[in-house]
Amino acid sequence: MRRLILTLAFAGAPALALAQGAPLRVPATVDTLPNGLTLIIHEDHSVPIVTSNVWFHVGSGDEKPGRTGFAHLFEHLMFMGSQNAPYPQFDRLLEAAGANNNGSTTEDRTNYYEDGPTSALPLMMWLEADRMGWLLPTMDIPKVDLQRDVVKNERRQSVENQPYGMVYDYLPKLLYPAGHTYSWSVIGSMADLSAASLEDVKDFFRRYYAPNNATLVVAGDVKPDDVRAFVRKYFSDIPRGPAIERPVPAKFTVRDTAIVLEDRVQLPRLYLNWHTVKGWHADDAALDIAAYVLAGSRTSRLTQALVYNGEIATNVNARQDGKRLDGDFSIIATARPGRGLDTLRTVIDAELARLASEGPTARELEQARNATEAAFLRGIERVAGKADRLNAYYYQTGNPDSFQADLDRYRAVTAADVQRVVKQYLRTNRVMASVVPQGKLDLAAKKVAP
Amino acid sequence: MRYSALFLCAFAPAIAFAQAVDRTQVPALDKPPVLKLPTLERAGISNGVTLQLVQQHELPLVQLTLVIAGGTKLDADQPGLASFAARMLTEGAGARDANALQSQLAFLGAQLFASAGTDAFTISLNVPKRALGEALDLLGDVVLRPSFRSADVRRQRDLRLAGILQRRDNPNMLAALAFNQIVFPAGHPYHRASDGDSASTARLDSAAVRAFYEQTFVPERARFVVVGDVTVPEMRALLGRTFGAWTRGTTPRTMAAVTVKPVSNTQVKIYLVDKPNAAQSIIYLGAPGADRLSPDYPALMVMNTILGGSFSSRLNSNLRETKGYTYGISSRFTWAPLAGPFVISSAVRSTVTDSALIEVFREVKALRDLAVDAAELERAKAYVALGVPQRFETNSQVAAQLVDLGAYGLPLASLGDFVSKVNQVTAADVQRVARQYLPAGTATLLIVGDVAKVRAGIEALKLGSISLLDVQQVAR
Repeated sequence: MRRLILTLAFAGAPALALAQGAPLRVPATVDTLPNGLTLIIHEDHSVPIVTSNVWFHVGSGDEKPGRTGFAHLFEHLMFMGSQNAPYPQFDRLLEAAGANNNGSTTEDRTNYYEDGPTSALPLMMWLEADRMGWLLPTMDIPKVDLQRDVVKNERRQSVENQPYGMVYDYLPKLLYPAGHTYSWSVIGSMADLSAASLEDVKDFFRRYYAPNNATLVVAGDVKPDDVRAFVRKYFSDIPRGPAIERPVPAKFTVRDTAIVLEDRVQLPRLYLNWHTVKGWHADDAALDIAAYVLAGSRTSRLTQALVYNGEIATNVNARQDGKRLDGDFSIIATARPGRGLDTLRTVIDAELARLASEGPTARELEQARNATEAAFLRGIERVAGKADRLNAYYYQTGNPDSFQADLDRYRAVTAADVQRVVKQYLRTNRVMASVVPQGKLDLAAKKVAP
Repeated sequence: MRYSALFLCAFAPAIAFAQAVDRTQVPALDKPPVLKLPTLERAGISNGVTLQLVQQHELPLVQLTLVIAGGTKLDADQPGLASFAARMLTEGAGARDANALQSQLAFLGAQLFASAGTDAFTISLNVPKRALGEALDLLGDVVLRPSFRSADVRRQRDLRLAGILQRRDNPNMLAALAFNQIVFPAGHPYHRASDGDSASTARLDSAAVRAFYEQTFVPERARFVVVGDVTVPEMRALLGRTFGAWTRGTTPRTMAAVTVKPVSNTQVKIYLVDKPNAAQSIIYLGAPGADRLSPDYPALMVMNTILGGSFSSRLNSNLRETKGYTYGISSRFTWAPLAGPFVISSAVRSTVTDSALIEVFREVKALRDLAVDAAELERAKAYVALGVPQRFETNSQVAAQLVDLGAYGLPLASLGDFVSKVNQVTAADVQRVARQYLPAGTATLLIVGDVAKVRAGIEALKLGSISLLDVQQVAR
């Protein structure tokens, strides 16, 4: 009864139930093919649907300077046809089988997924195998040029033509030193997208798109032995690729920085960022909890101080972003009409100082832990969400069913932990960006030693 | 990790076997699983409120949705009032202020949202079974005893005013606002944004919200949709306890009959909204669409899938995958009791705005003039029909289906009818609805972009008359 095991999950916040009850489990089998492909299977028979979710362990964090945005551009090329399923068969065949598909790229990985009726499983496996093994025979420069244009449009849509979007061209390079692979955005620069060549595509595929650098999760209303048979049939003769060398970034310290950008916006917005820790670091969960205590709910400290009591901001968000190599923490707040960002900064600094000196209350901590769990659990309510999480955990910990271990990290966070991480990470060496309406430089926040 | 050593060995001989695989053959697929609809139970509770319930005992969870007919169509002369009243329900109720209410919900592990659609209010509660009684007490407060304190109303009003101001930043928002303002003239319920405009919002106060609430949140318009780990007797008892004293409205608010007709162009009309230096032009091209109960609904779903409702649709294949003008282009009908808009929309590189329009009109014309081929038709039909079971994965999805169908008095079984009607759609049907609903020479075309750069190219296409709209007027 796998659904029953997951049930506690849905329960929203039943931290108590979780603490007292059975551990949260999403049972999964792990198999490895001789060519290095890892296959993870999870059964959920509640609805007759299946999801296939492939992670290649490559992202913008593997790119070289001069080719920023390449991992994401490559993601687009994976949909442009392969030897036995030439363009546009991939989308057409899946749609004809009632299935949806997509992919996404982050700093650390690229994923590809299909969701559909169980009957579509053999097709999903055949298509995924064909592009994992035989993408290059049909790859050519017109395809690269076309998707280069599409990606540039994607960049226009998410950066150039997006209110406040330009700030993400600046923040990574202020938060990470030159040469660090997190010092550019996943979408990359227009110039680098223009520079990408067919030879780059071939090199990238041979280096990173090999079965030994991929994990395949199949989840849903399936019989594991059927899945294994299809995977064996279609993936077994894809050759293993070379061992991959990963960049190992040097240690660094962020310099206290303040920038001001003018944009075509009505209201100024403040971005505060700090260098913190990578995902699953001992302080990662405490920083997540700190983010919730600061801005995770209506009753959180910054929301109260800026939006509800102070009435100087329209909204505020906080986030710890622990990635594979490193991490950063951000607070983003938009001023109300007539308010400048320095007023917001002053209030935020006062609240950070208070949290660093007093820590959260017991009730704040409990609510933060419950809500963090609830949000996490809602994210795996659907089979597709579970599949992606199984892949993430396998990459991060070596065990796809790390659901309980992940929850345990949050349950272990104490008030003293939250107080300490705020003090240690969020009080110095800050990257601050003020985005203000054009010509309204006086609304920017002032740089001060916090 | 459970490592399958046995399986690993099993792969060794598989290599030889695998080499024999004929990869050139697309795998033959089994028949897709048949649609299995959940079992629906019905009951009445006191004061005329009805209950629809689907038992789902695998999980100790309950999704409860209270639907009250009404919504933004009851705004009358104060656009935004309905959605604001819904928003204020969770800003304090009974003995709790907003903070205490949200804090208690978090403590129970419950989620509670209230919103206004065009034709109904929806109050949604998602809660663990063990906390159902306590959560229903909170729901009772929110629905029957909202506070509408002046200070809370003023704060939410000011936040909404800031949001209305920020619409001017967002070109997609501007396009959607302007399009509806033009296609549905003043007096039509779709003319205004659901969250109103700055003048109507500035007039919001506690008295106005309370008066609206008392005229609209009435039991005779309410129904409960419940999906989860409960039975009808349990739920009737709990709802009777909480909502038994809900008294009927004395002067329920009604909507005056809609006399304003959507625009009916005799030629293409073009409207430009200027965003100097915009990197892209937002294109909205469309016309009034069809209503949800139209007998053409299944054929329109198939036709739209072919035109712009799927990744491999004609519009996306052409403008994104062949020309590289955009990151994506899509088309959609907005399904409602009163025909909503049909829209083709995209963000295209500024310098190809005119070229993109040529291609969009070409695709519209092709679908009107030529019958679709069999493979394309079958693909679209399968995509629409086989997607239905995916709407039933979670309790909240099941509830959403019941809420949607219930708004039209349709039974759950109508989804089975829908699937079979989709499977019967012919190429002639697609062409007929394309000719009837796809505007070729009578469309409204709205473009948000850098007018200085794109205007000459658009004029040269000689599509129709061009008017300039003011950003401040569109997002006022």
